[in-house]
Amino acid sequence: MKNIIRDSVAGFKTLVVGMRVTIDQFFRRPVTVHYPHEALKMPDRYRGHIELVRDPETGKSLCIACKSCEKACPSDCIFVDGLKREGEKRKSATEFTLDFTKCSLCGACVEVCPTDALRFTKSYNLASTQKQSYFFDLMKRMEEQKK
Amino acid sequence: MSGAPLNLTKGPDETFILNLGPQHPATHGVLRIKLTMDGEYVVRAEPVPGYIHRMHEKMGENRTWNQYLPNPSRVDYLSAMAYSHAHVAVAERAAGLEVPPRAEYIRVIVCELNRVSSHLVWLGAFLLDLGGFTPLLYAFDDREMILDLLEGITGSRLTYCYHRFGGVCNDVDDTFVRGTKAFVEHMRPRMKLYRDLVTDNIILRKRLTDIGHISADTCRRYGATGPVIRGSGVPYDVRRNEPYSAYPEFDFDIPVFPEGDCMARYLVRMEEIVQSLRIVEQAIGRLPDGPHIAPKVPKIMKVPPGDYFFATEAARGRFAIRAVSDGKEIPYRIKLRAPSFSNLSLFEEASQGMMLPDALALLGSLDLVIPDIDR
Repeated sequence: MKNIIRDSVAGFKTLVVGMRVTIDQFFRRPVTVHYPHEALKMPDRYRGHIELVRDPETGKSLCIACKSCEKACPSDCIFVDGLKREGEKRKSATEFTLDFTKCSLCGACVEVCPTDALRFTKSYNLASTQKQSYFFDLMKRMEEQKK
Repeated sequence: MSGAPLNLTKGPDETFILNLGPQHPATHGVLRIKLTMDGEYVVRAEPVPGYIHRMHEKMGENRTWNQYLPNPSRVDYLSAMAYSHAHVAVAERAAGLEVPPRAEYIRVIVCELNRVSSHLVWLGAFLLDLGGFTPLLYAFDDREMILDLLEGITGSRLTYCYHRFGGVCNDVDDTFVRGTKAFVEHMRPRMKLYRDLVTDNIILRKRLTDIGHISADTCRRYGATGPVIRGSGVPYDVRRNEPYSAYPEFDFDIPVFPEGDCMARYLVRMEEIVQSLRIVEQAIGRLPDGPHIAPKVPKIMKVPPGDYFFATEAARGRFAIRAVSDGKEIPYRIKLRAPSFSNLSLFEEASQGMMLPDALALLGSLDLVIPDIDR
């Protein structure tokens, strides 16, 4: 009998201690933000899907269509095509598409690129009901950014 | 409809089958457990894994060493760092690649932070299984700080893909160092909060003490590792028993509780958070200068022919990779030894005769990650 009373009192005390924590926390500032009205800033190294980098001098893509990224990609989601234009020393990309349905955002392509022609975007809000909307034409995307 | 009428009278065997999962709030993923029940008591529990099998081992055989880098972190998404560590370390061991001390320290720091975040998810999810919702929110608040830190250096919040052969892909910056120190400071008083709010709580104590007893012998027979075996009184930890990376340079204890019940496993994990914080504090305090990746790493990794093995202590136990190479760019065979699989296998034996809510407490205390079981 004595034990039961002792246990009950000790047990009740632990509940009071726990309740005090709850009350303490009740007056804390909220830790969440009201997304989508507010959004957190993505860190610099955030790995979104890739995009092409423009040469600041010529305004064209830095890509030399070496296909290193295509080979390095574990998921086979990059397709690059290029040709050597007259009067140019190196090849340049004519087509650069990303199949984002397969991409696992590992960053192998960005790391392997010899001319630093690829970078990560900070977009994370991608949502669609159409598979086609994840086939990104990165050349077109770069052209559109120019405007 | 014709034929014999349905027999609705009960036979001498009054057991029935209860399917726990594959979609059930208490299974943390797509694990199905076929329970043969006698009223409220479990007669037999037969785990049916395989619903999220993704052929990670087979994928190892059809891509180069480098292309396999994103895979290990997807096997157990909660302790991705330790898994990637095992993968790069097995290749480094095979190719005889020297890793700079700074890289080893960074690996230890991120692995231990990852362990803390994994245990915090377990804490939240486990208490959720037992019917306590709010601790999850406290745990996720703290975990969020770790994810922010790791996101800052790796660029990703869960499947980091941070390790590279010979080091790590990005060096840590001052923000990370400061943030990590601040996190350790922040986490110490939080451990007291968890003790007040959860650990000492009479309801939790009554619910977990002497429930789900697993003997050390059972653990050994099934190959259970991690907090499960340490909660049964066996001080087995890969960081101590097969030291790797920079772990021998740090001072930390291996928490062991001999009781073997759910409470013991609970206490092991809570104590492990404290020990991990100790390691992080030491490592960040004396982080050596130097490169974060070995200077001469071949662009395409090639491993001399042979049979290689490397084990790391992940949050759930001993994770090991066995890699067989025939000297080509692509490994001949990759075998992943996942801790959750062994930890799950003892469930059938340990849950016999338990009441259903207690069996769920036992399941939760094993801290299973289903993709890790199925691989």
